[in-house]
Amino acid sequence: MSLVFLIFLPLIAALFIPLLFKKLGRIHTGWFVLIVPVVLFIYYLTLLPTTLEGGTLVSELSWIPSIDLAIVAYIDGLSLLFSLLISGIGALVVLYSIFYLDKKREQLHNFYVYLLMFMTAMLGVVQSDHMISLYLFWELTSISSFLLIGYWYTRDRSRFGALKSMMITVFGGLMMLGGFVLLSIMGNTYSIRELISQAPELATHEFFVWALVLILLGAFTKSAQFPFYIWLPDAMEAPTPVSAYLHSATMVKAGLYLVARFTPIFAVSGTWIWLVTGVGLFTLFWGSFFALKQKDLKGILAFSTVSQLGLIMSLLGASAMGFHVDNAAETVFKYAGFAAIFHLVNHAVFKGSLFMIAGIVDHETGTRDIRKLGGLMSLMPISFTIAMIGSFSMAGIPLFGGFLSKEMFLTAMLAITEFDLFSMDVWGLLFPVVAWIASVFTFIYSFYFVFHTFAGKHKPEELPKKAHEAPIGMLISPAILAVLVITIFFIPNFVGKWIVNPAVAAIQPFLYDSPSDVHVHVAAWHGSITPELAMTIGIFIIGGLMFWTLRKWQRSYDAFPDKVSLNRLYDNLMYLSDGGANRFSAVYMTGFIRSYLVYMFGFFILIVLSTLVLNEAFAFDLSDLAPIGFYEIVIVLALVGGTITILAAKSRLTAIIALGAVGYSVALFFVIFRAPDLALTQLVIETISVALFLLAFYHLPKSSKKEERIRFKVGNGLIALGVGVTMTLVALSAHSQKILPSISEYYKETVYSEAGGGNIVNVILVDYRGFDTLFEITVLGIAGIGIITMIKLRLTKKEGQHENK
Amino acid sequence: MEIIMSFVIGFLFMAAVYLMLSKSLIRIIIGTGLLSHGAHLLILTMGGLGGTALPVVADGVSVSDYADPLPQALILTAIVISFAVTSFFLVLAYRAYQELGTDNMNLMRGTEDND
Repeated sequence: MSLVFLIFLPLIAALFIPLLFKKLGRIHTGWFVLIVPVVLFIYYLTLLPTTLEGGTLVSELSWIPSIDLAIVAYIDGLSLLFSLLISGIGALVVLYSIFYLDKKREQLHNFYVYLLMFMTAMLGVVQSDHMISLYLFWELTSISSFLLIGYWYTRDRSRFGALKSMMITVFGGLMMLGGFVLLSIMGNTYSIRELISQAPELATHEFFVWALVLILLGAFTKSAQFPFYIWLPDAMEAPTPVSAYLHSATMVKAGLYLVARFTPIFAVSGTWIWLVTGVGLFTLFWGSFFALKQKDLKGILAFSTVSQLGLIMSLLGASAMGFHVDNAAETVFKYAGFAAIFHLVNHAVFKGSLFMIAGIVDHETGTRDIRKLGGLMSLMPISFTIAMIGSFSMAGIPLFGGFLSKEMFLTAMLAITEFDLFSMDVWGLLFPVVAWIASVFTFIYSFYFVFHTFAGKHKPEELPKKAHEAPIGMLISPAILAVLVITIFFIPNFVGKWIVNPAVAAIQPFLYDSPSDVHVHVAAWHGSITPELAMTIGIFIIGGLMFWTLRKWQRSYDAFPDKVSLNRLYDNLMYLSDGGANRFSAVYMTGFIRSYLVYMFGFFILIVLSTLVLNEAFAFDLSDLAPIGFYEIVIVLALVGGTITILAAKSRLTAIIALGAVGYSVALFFVIFRAPDLALTQLVIETISVALFLLAFYHLPKSSKKEERIRFKVGNGLIALGVGVTMTLVALSAHSQKILPSISEYYKETVYSEAGGGNIVNVILVDYRGFDTLFEITVLGIAGIGIITMIKLRLTKKEGQHENK
Repeated sequence: MEIIMSFVIGFLFMAAVYLMLSKSLIRIIIGTGLLSHGAHLLILTMGGLGGTALPVVADGVSVSDYADPLPQALILTAIVISFAVTSFFLVLAYRAYQELGTDNMNLMRGTEDND
C-alpha cells in the first residue's frame, strides 16, 4: 500500500462523513470515523520490524514536477513513532468523542471532517521528506486546529481562542517556510534526507544561523514554547476530545518533531543547543509554575502541557550536545535523546488520559472550575483511579511510566554540567537546578489536579449537575491509556527497543548507525542512591510539603499583575495591527470619488511615462503620414472648440450640446478616415446620448456649478494636463513604431476566401472576432438590466421613458 | 495628420480627466463621454490614417489601399459599450439624485457607519 495514499486516507474518508451523518444519523457518526485511525494504527504497527532494523520506507507522489514539488512519504523510526501516536491516540479520541458529543445536538459532520482533515495534515507533517509539502501540511494542521477550536463558533471565547492560535502558529509557520527556503538555497534541494547528508557543508554557510532561528520560531510557536505558549490555554475552548488529541498528544508535538528532525543538521551549532535547551527549560519552569494559578481543570492541563513540552524540548536540545562529545554513545550524554522520545511517548499517554478525565468531570458535573469541585472520589471511583494514575505518572512517581522518563530527564540535565563547550561550563549548573524546581511544581500541580477534584469536601450545591460516574463507553479510552501508563513502567526496555530506539537513531545519526546501537538500559532501581534518585526523593518531600500548604500560598499568585502579561501584549498587538491598518487605510480611502480618480490617474501617468522612459519606447517618426486636408483642419477646430466650450460652459445645457458637437465631429472624422460603419454608428449613438443627457439634465438639479476653490482647480488641471501629455506621447509613439506586422493584412487578404464577406469590418466583428461581439452584447445587456433594476426599484411615472431607450 | 491627431487626442483626454475630477456628477459623466471619444480616435490613429479605399472588398483595389479594418472593428465595439456605460451612468446619476437629493459627489461620500 502506498504510504502517500495512507496519509490522505483520512481526508478521503472525510468526503463521506456528511453523507453518513445525513443518511445514517441514528448511528453516531464517530463509529464510522473510528475505522480510519484503527486501520492506520494496525498498518503502522506492521512497519515496526522494518524500523527496528534501521530500515526506511519511501513512497513518492509527484505533484508539480516542473518546480520539483512532490509529496514524499518517508518512514523511519521517528516518523513511525509519530504516526503511531497520531493514529493510536486518534482512535482512542474518536472512541471517546462518540460518548462525549451528543449525536442529536452537535454538528458531528463538521467535527469529524475537521478531525480527519487534521489527521491527514499531521501524518503529512511527520512523514514529509519534501520541505514544501511539510510546510503545507504544517499549515493545514493550524487551519484544522483553528476550525476545531472554533467548533462551538457561537461562543466568543471559542472564536477568540481559534483566532489566537491561528495567528501565532501561522506566524511561526511562515517563519519556518523562510527557514526552509534558506536551507533549500544552501543545499540546493528540498529533501530533508539529502540536506542531512550534506550537513557538514551547510554549517559553514552564511545563511545557516538564519535558517536555524527561523525554523526554531516555527517549532516554538507550534509547540507552545515561551513566549508563544499563550495560544494554548485559550485553545482549551475546543471540545475536550480535541484538546486531548491536538493540544496535548499530537499537534503541539509537531514542533518537537521538527526540532528532532532537524537536529542532525543543526546539532553542530551552539546557538541551537542554547536556544532549544534554554527555551525548553524555561518553558518547563514557567508552565509548571503558572499551572498552579489556574482554576479551570483544562487550564491546569494546558499549562502542564506547555511545561511538559518544554521538558521534551530541553531534552532534544541536550541531545544535540552528543554531537560535540567524544564517544557520546557510551557516556552520560546518550540519555538525553532517549529520554526525549521516551518522555514524549509517556506524556502522550498520561496527558491524553488526564484530558479525557477533565472532559468526563466537565460532562458529569457541568463545571471545570476546580474551586467548585471536590470529593468526587466516592461518586466517580473509576475516573478517580484513572486520574490518579495519570497524575502520578506526570509527577514522576514510581510504578508509573512517567517516573522512568522523569528520572532520565534529571540524568540528562545533570550531564549538562559536564559539558564544557559554548560557555556551558559557566552556566551548566543552572540547568539541573531549574529542572529540579520545575519538577517540584510539576509534582504539586499534578496533585492539585487530582486531589482538589476528587478528594476533599463534596460541594453538590455548587455543581450545575448532580455528579455521577461517566458511562462505561466514555471510560474505555482513558482506561486503556491508564493501563498503558502502568505497563510502560514494567516493560520500559521493550518499549525502548521497539519504539524509542529507532526514533533516537533518526535524531542522532551522528551517534548511532542503526537502532541496535542505542544502548540505553532503563531501570527503576539502579542498585544504589544515584544523584538523580536523590533529586527525585527531594522533589517528593518538598513537593509534598508545599502541596500540603498549597491553600496558604496559592493566593500569592494574584500578585502577578494581569496588565503586564504576554496575553495583554498579544491583545495590544492585535488591537494595534487591526486598528492601525484601519487608520492607515482611512488616510487614503477617503470616500471621495475624486481622490480615487486622482490616485488612478497619478499612477497612470507615473507608470506609462516611466515605462516610456525606461524602455526608451518613445519614438517620433514623420514618414508615412497621411496628408492634412482642409476638411480635417476644420473638424479638428470644431472638435477642439466644442471641447473648450464644454470646459468653459456655465450652463449645463451648453455643455451637453457642446458634447454632442464633439461627438458629431468624431463621426465626421470617421467619414474622412474611410470608416463608414463607424460614422453611422457614431451618429446614431451620439443622437441617443444627447437625448439621454437632456433627459437627465431635465431631472437633475439646476444649479450644479459650485464655486470651487482655485487650488482644487489647479490640482485637477495639472493632473489632467499630465494625462493629456502622456496620451499624446503614447499616440505619437504608437504611430511611429510598428514592432510587429498587423494582423489586419491577414484579414484583408482572406476576408472573401475564408469568410465569404466583402465588408471587412463587419466580417471581423461577426466572424473572426465573433466572441468579442457576443461579449459586447453581453455588456450591453448587463447595462440594460442594471438600468431597468435601478428604475424599477421604485417606479414613478417618468422612468418609463428611460426604459424604452 | 497623425501628429495633429495625437495632439487632439491628448487634448481630449486632458479635458475628459479635468471634467471627471470635478464634483458634479453630470460633469463626470460628460468627462467619461469625452474620454471614450479620445480613446476611439487613439485606436484609429494607431492603425494609421493612410488608407485610400473603404475597407470593403472591391475590384481593382489592391490590399494595401484599404483603410485598416481592425481599429474600426475595435472602435465599433467600443462605441456601443461606451454608450451602454454612459446610459447606465446617467440613470445612476438620476436615481442617486432622486434618493439623495444631490449631485455633488462630495456630499454623497460614504461614511464609516453606512458603507
